[in-house]
Amino acid sequence: MPMVEPPDLAASSSAGDSGVSSGGDEHERGAPASPPALELRGVSLAYGGLVALSSVSLSVPAGQVTGLIGPNGAGKTSLYDVVTGLTRPSAGRVLLHGHDITRSRPARRARLGLGRTFQRLELFSSLSVRDNIAVAAEAAYPLQLRRVRRRPHSDASEAVAGQLERVGLADHASVRVDTLSTGMARLVEVARALAARPTVLLLDEPASGLDSGETDQLAGLLVDLAAGGIAVLLVEHDVELVMRICSDVVVLDRGSVLASGTPATIRQQREVRDAYLGQLAVS
Amino acid sequence: MQEFLQFLVLGVVAGAIYFVAASGLVVTYSTSGVFNFAHGALGMVAAFSYWGLHMALGWAAVPALLVVVLVGGPVAGAVLERVLMRRLQGAPTLSTIGVTIGLLLALVGAASFFWNQSESRNVVGFFSPTSSVTVLNVAISYDQLTVMAVAVAVAASIWFLLHRTRIGVAMRAVVDDPELVALSGISPSGASRAGWMLGCSLAALAGVLWVDSGQDLAILTLTLLVVNGYAAAIVGRLRSLPFTFLGAVLLGIAVNMGIGYLPSNWQDLQFTTPMVLLFIALLVIPQRRQRAAERVPAVRMPVASLRTSLVGAGVLLVVGVLASRLLPSNAILWVSYGVAFAIIALSLVPLTGYAGQISCCQLTFAGLGAFAMAKVAGDDSPLGLLAAVALAGAVGALIALPAIRFQGLYLALATLAFAASMDAGFFQTNHFDGYGGFLTVGRAPVLGLQFSSGRAYLVFLVAVYALAAVGILALRRARFGRRLVASNDSAVAAATAGVRVARTRLAVFTLSAALAGLGGALLGGVNFVAEPNDYQMLLSLSLLLIVTVWGVRSVTGVLIAGVGFYLIPYLFNGNVSWLYLLTGLGAIGISRQPEGVMGDIMSRLGGGPGGLPSVGGRLLRRTTPGRAPMTPAVLDADG
Repeated sequence: MPMVEPPDLAASSSAGDSGVSSGGDEHERGAPASPPALELRGVSLAYGGLVALSSVSLSVPAGQVTGLIGPNGAGKTSLYDVVTGLTRPSAGRVLLHGHDITRSRPARRARLGLGRTFQRLELFSSLSVRDNIAVAAEAAYPLQLRRVRRRPHSDASEAVAGQLERVGLADHASVRVDTLSTGMARLVEVARALAARPTVLLLDEPASGLDSGETDQLAGLLVDLAAGGIAVLLVEHDVELVMRICSDVVVLDRGSVLASGTPATIRQQREVRDAYLGQLAVS
Repeated sequence: MQEFLQFLVLGVVAGAIYFVAASGLVVTYSTSGVFNFAHGALGMVAAFSYWGLHMALGWAAVPALLVVVLVGGPVAGAVLERVLMRRLQGAPTLSTIGVTIGLLLALVGAASFFWNQSESRNVVGFFSPTSSVTVLNVAISYDQLTVMAVAVAVAASIWFLLHRTRIGVAMRAVVDDPELVALSGISPSGASRAGWMLGCSLAALAGVLWVDSGQDLAILTLTLLVVNGYAAAIVGRLRSLPFTFLGAVLLGIAVNMGIGYLPSNWQDLQFTTPMVLLFIALLVIPQRRQRAAERVPAVRMPVASLRTSLVGAGVLLVVGVLASRLLPSNAILWVSYGVAFAIIALSLVPLTGYAGQISCCQLTFAGLGAFAMAKVAGDDSPLGLLAAVALAGAVGALIALPAIRFQGLYLALATLAFAASMDAGFFQTNHFDGYGGFLTVGRAPVLGLQFSSGRAYLVFLVAVYALAAVGILALRRARFGRRLVASNDSAVAAATAGVRVARTRLAVFTLSAALAGLGGALLGGVNFVAEPNDYQMLLSLSLLLIVTVWGVRSVTGVLIAGVGFYLIPYLFNGNVSWLYLLTGLGAIGISRQPEGVMGDIMSRLGGGPGGLPSVGGRLLRRTTPGRAPMTPAVLDADG
């Protein structure tokens, strides 16, 4: 199986100008039927008798932000766990750029270009901001003998510096992460995910705990990333943010896809309003 | 057939006692989240107290039993809960393990003061040995029947208590959410205290039943009896009493069938049966998530920069040279032991300190190192040192392959099982040295230097320690070190960031075992001898404990721990009881400061939680005012 070569986005400090059109496979780039960056085919997941996901199929194209919304318990985080390999699905397949990764280990998927953040923060709490990001960057830039002659660490450290700059945490690089505010900690997670040079980025409620200024900054960042060719999948309760930056939205309810389409069409659908949006309007 | 039935009865009786021991473990674990390594030691003290009342003071068996089990056990449990265990709510696994190992050692130390081990003690059973019933031509004594009946009664009443009474339900809930228990109108500390009182009573009962069934009263045997209980408790996933019962009885039968039917040259295997079963049980029985989320320690050890660690190494070498000139010759011997021991202890820094993998078998690797040194190319060849590193590293990797699936407590138990199996199945057998003998271990020349005098060898050991410490700190600052810490802080995040967590753990386990092997070979060279008793499981536990007491992330702390370990018996004229007692008491401090003594010192020097400068860094900055401060990234890499 050919290794997917991720576009070299992470190393560049300014997003959107790298000119890479899509994170697809080298051979298939530009081909009319290029597979979606991420695709789920009939994925089901059950914990004992509890069905978390029921035959979910969806595809996430490169170069845009796709929203994944739904009420609490709809299966959004379970879906992320299946995609990243933390949980084995009971049925169905997960494809990354057309390659079946259903049985790959999480680290392998990360190296193939899959990045994610966590709803409940999962930082390396005893490391500094810089080292948190470095762990991911170093996995993406393995030490190679032929590189040793020209400063082996330079690629990874450039990537770290680039990400620090990109999320605006350069001044906090040496701070231990467990002393950060929630908003900043979320940005560290985003930067860490980006440092691994993902072609597909799964974000799990990245805006929760952020103030409105930080949320705007995040929105700008995600739009830039998508423009740079990354497929961004966004789980977020801030519906206004989702509707603003997503090209497509998938609604998940009780483990099944309830609806999908552009934000405008999603807003119109009665069952979506009943299941989720109306509920938010009340609250 | 009759012989088979006889062994079957013996097996069931032993299993019944294992069950009583295991049920106490299950009760304390499910009510406090603390796995009590001292459970067997508590039973040991109870058994000796029972002997004291019954045999020495001449009390009748029943009042003596009632006083020990219904008064002594609960009082001990209440005191332990109040003084130690309450503070451990949500503490890191290493702290809870350290504290209970400390308690174990303190009890062993105290018991050997009170009850001289050279004296032989026996207990007369409850009934006359001749009173028995005969079933299928097999005589079952009243005492054996009593043991079985007691086990069944214990099983039934604990199950009823935990599942059918209000306080029992509260006891099970308190470990998960004390505040919720408080809302239901039951005091959480009361529920936790009840758990410890009951657990200690059961430990006492197991101890008394063991000696009553005609077994010898020996401190170590009784203390380690509980290891069989561990295996049974793991079969019950530390939760299910019926499965614990099943595990205990099967284990009892397996051990006794081993005694009955193993060919004589395989008899050593019977001692390893519980350990092998424990290991298998850990592997095949899906583990529950460990109970009680761990709280993150507020103080963290800073990571020394290259400059600081080189300065430290230089200072250490100077001190080593001075010590080799100034100390009297018998002190040289003990300090050399200590420094060599510290090299073994240093192997815990990357493994336990950075990667959070708790190992109870480092001295097993040390023993393998000494074995390789003694057997390869004479006993004083540099090839021997290489073989020591290679053998220990290879065995470490083999053990790690299955064991890296475990975390925290379960890894500790798996390595404990390995240590005890190797102790009984290798070191104490003729595979190692012939029974009761020892191996001769020499000193290898390095870089053309001979270390024939004790003073020269001490300087050599100090140099090895300094080099290894600098190397480990460098490793911590490098990619590999970040991966270790990341895998420990959040394995899921590390994996989704592309870190191969299992491979990283395998690597650090192998590295740590190899370093312990080197330390073992060097330790053997101190007095030219390797003895089986040097590699006992209890010593590995002591090693883990003292390193935790001083600070498992501090290479300075580890050196003090290693040297102190040999200096205490030296200062007390070779009395090891003092070592156990003092080390055990030191463990109480862990419940207050999980980073150990060094962490305490660092927090006093450094102040606030936002980041601690290293001591070395401070000194350097103070002495070189013109120099720009070191980059915070290096100083604060870990804190």
